[in-house]
Amino acid sequence: MTAQLDVQNIDVSYGSHQVLNQVSFTLEPGEIGCMLGPSGCGKTTVLRAIAGFEPVSRGHILVDHREFSSPSFCLPTEKRNIGMVFQDFALFPNMSVAENIGFGLRQWKPKDKQRRIQELLAMIGMPTSAQAYPHQLSGGQQQRVALARAMAPHPGILLLDEPFSSMDIELREQLAREVRNILKQENITAVLVTHDQNEAFAIADNICVINEGRIEQQDSGYNLYHRPGNRFVADFIGQGVMIPAEVVGEFMVKTELGLITNDMPIDSNLLGETVDVLIRPDDVIHDDDSQETAIVVEKAFRGADFLYFLRTDSGTEILCLAPSHHNHKINERIGIRLNLHHLVIFDRT
Amino acid sequence: MIDRLWRPSIVLTAFIFSIPILTIAAFLLQSSADVWQHLLDTVLFDYLTNSALLMFGVGLGTFSIGVTCAWLTSVCQFPGKRLFAWALLLPLAMPAYIIAYTYTGMFDFAGPFQSLIREWTGWGYGDYYFPEIRSIGGAVAMLSFVLYPYVYLLARAAFLDQSVCVLEVSRTLGCNLWGSFYRVALPLARPAIVAGMSLALMETLADYGTVSYFGLGVFTTGIFRTWFGLGDSAAAAKLAAILLLFVFTLVLVERASRRQAQYHHSTNRYQNLPEYRLTGIKGLIACVACMMPLLLGFVLPAIQLGFWAVDTYADMVDESFIELTLHSISLAAVASVLAVMLALFLVYGKRLFGTKAVNASIRVVATGYAIPGTVVAVGVIIPFAWFDNTLDAYLREHYDFSSGLILSGSLFAVMFAYMVRFLAVSIQSVEAGLGKIKHSMDDAARSLGYRPQQTFFKVHLPIMKGSVLTALLIVFVDVMKELPATLILRPFNFNTLAVRAFELASDERLADSSTAALMIVAVGLIPVILLSKSISASRAGS
Repeated sequence: MTAQLDVQNIDVSYGSHQVLNQVSFTLEPGEIGCMLGPSGCGKTTVLRAIAGFEPVSRGHILVDHREFSSPSFCLPTEKRNIGMVFQDFALFPNMSVAENIGFGLRQWKPKDKQRRIQELLAMIGMPTSAQAYPHQLSGGQQQRVALARAMAPHPGILLLDEPFSSMDIELREQLAREVRNILKQENITAVLVTHDQNEAFAIADNICVINEGRIEQQDSGYNLYHRPGNRFVADFIGQGVMIPAEVVGEFMVKTELGLITNDMPIDSNLLGETVDVLIRPDDVIHDDDSQETAIVVEKAFRGADFLYFLRTDSGTEILCLAPSHHNHKINERIGIRLNLHHLVIFDRT
Repeated sequence: MIDRLWRPSIVLTAFIFSIPILTIAAFLLQSSADVWQHLLDTVLFDYLTNSALLMFGVGLGTFSIGVTCAWLTSVCQFPGKRLFAWALLLPLAMPAYIIAYTYTGMFDFAGPFQSLIREWTGWGYGDYYFPEIRSIGGAVAMLSFVLYPYVYLLARAAFLDQSVCVLEVSRTLGCNLWGSFYRVALPLARPAIVAGMSLALMETLADYGTVSYFGLGVFTTGIFRTWFGLGDSAAAAKLAAILLLFVFTLVLVERASRRQAQYHHSTNRYQNLPEYRLTGIKGLIACVACMMPLLLGFVLPAIQLGFWAVDTYADMVDESFIELTLHSISLAAVASVLAVMLALFLVYGKRLFGTKAVNASIRVVATGYAIPGTVVAVGVIIPFAWFDNTLDAYLREHYDFSSGLILSGSLFAVMFAYMVRFLAVSIQSVEAGLGKIKHSMDDAARSLGYRPQQTFFKVHLPIMKGSVLTALLIVFVDVMKELPATLILRPFNFNTLAVRAFELASDERLADSSTAALMIVAVGLIPVILLSKSISASRAGS
């Protein structure tokens, strides 16, 4: 039932405005992919192209090696056997929960249909809500019903368009984990669209960072954070600053915060060059004994830790994540130490 | 493929139904100095003064009744408030021409009221002063009694829509209840009130039955007289064109105020409005203030009609009465089905591929409701007669065959005029229904394996069933009540309830007309009840 999705070099345009440019990625059966990017980057268009709502002007979309979309062909949405969960859920207000879930099962035998509805109601943890109407449900419940409705006909691919964006922030990650468990339980290939990286990390196996209609990087959440492939990804994922550094050896750069050793060789062409090095807040450790110091410009209390905005003597601003009991005042000078073993280096050309 | 046909046919439909308006508007531009001069020398000044007086009076009347009742029923608590909140809409069911001759019957010299005065006092004719019902003042009263619900409805919605916070803020800043009303609530509700008054004034300009029965010279009666009395169609069209100018001014005012109303929306958070408890004498005054319009605009005339009907129905309800009832019902049924089908066609086209041309066309069709029935009728008859005459002349010349009158003087012309006038009603209702169906619901149905047509039947239709039914019903009732266009365009000897009631009343057979009038009022009650149900449920957030 679960299918392989192969998106090959697709372009999508609205009129003369090109929204997607050479987008490619592959999801193996049961894998959860995520389109992550700022608003207006074209990520929702990827979903709509897979769903067949938008035709592609170049490239191909294949599901289990069967052509769904090409510049000359677009299989109608209703024949694609895909499920879709919408940002506003799009539950039918005139139908009960059970009727909504059973909407896509009209060709099933009544007995099978009832069983499937019960099964899904149990799966989303709402076994007693079959007769409720959408307006009687909370946002989280509506979201789960929308998910159940999309999954009911055993779609080959499930598409989720910003499914958590109307939820309270506290609820989002919890729901994302729940949804991930459900998807894994049903072993379903899914594509999620979001602008929230924590949501993407919580749910996806494989994340495509999209910017201005192009995929900037396709990778796991861990690698996007620790090994960003370009400046956009470095900037978009997580926090951090770029500081200048000089490459002084095969494994070593020199910054104003001292020498840093890399865990792998640096491109020999860069030897002697000035480059930018990405410093994450967790790379900068607060250490009262350190020789290196910086001044606190601003601070944000975040419960377990403080995020300090520091300025070094040369005027470079860096971020530092310090345990919550290290409470320093603004304008105070504090000792810092770099704890960095894998360098993210961008040349300046 | 389908959209290539759909889009142009929307524009074409809109064009066809704007033919009457365009025809009349063309007469504004046409230079016909002699007609113009003649109108100017004779009637135009009278028509202008009378129309202005009527509009001023009805404006004042609907404003004071509508706003007072709206304020009392939205923020005050007094005996009978719940009842008044919806019952104050009842006068909407009472066509102005019916209330006009009912009041004439009650209050003229021979009527029960003056007879009673004479009996008690022993006075005779000329011994006392009694205001003349059949006058401008009388017409203002009649129209205000039945048109104030437009102001009431919109003002009340605006008051209920206001945040409790702004009212509370004004009270913390030292305004008492009445101060809050004048300085905060009233200014905030102004766009809604202006919109309501514009609607009431449009109806005033469109009224034919009342002014004609009272023998007042205004535009609608003037058009009628010039056309049928003097047989001068160019002058009639010219008058219609001037009337149209008035109406369009009101349409613009109304649209502008509605747009403005969006910005006067002060909150998205709702809680129940505070209810200022009016007790003792204050409560009594509030109760009486709300009771008066209800009594005058509905209860009293309805009772009078009831008495008359009891006296006369045995003579009136015969075969011909049943026939004209059937005429009315079948006309209304066909018109409402047609109007809803056209509305679905137009509004769906707009939803699927709403280009600028399509949206503009639909807006043009939707102005039809503002256009007085007399104007529509003149605008229909001129092009239709031209078509008939041209065709007839052509056939005679080339084939020696007379086609006679095909379009004009047929039920087709009547139906066409109904569409011009009432399509707007069905469009508005269907559009509201379709607005509830988000585009993502279409996508959801498609992704669950439904083809577009199946999506329409399984998703759209069930959700908008209510709106479609409402549209059917409202057009049905509007057609049942319609008088001037039917009067002008109906085929020879074809009568409806409204026409018959009006004819009998014009012949001073007031009591005899009551059965037909009561039936019209009874049918008219249906949408009022629907409306009152929906406003009680309309408060956002509850």
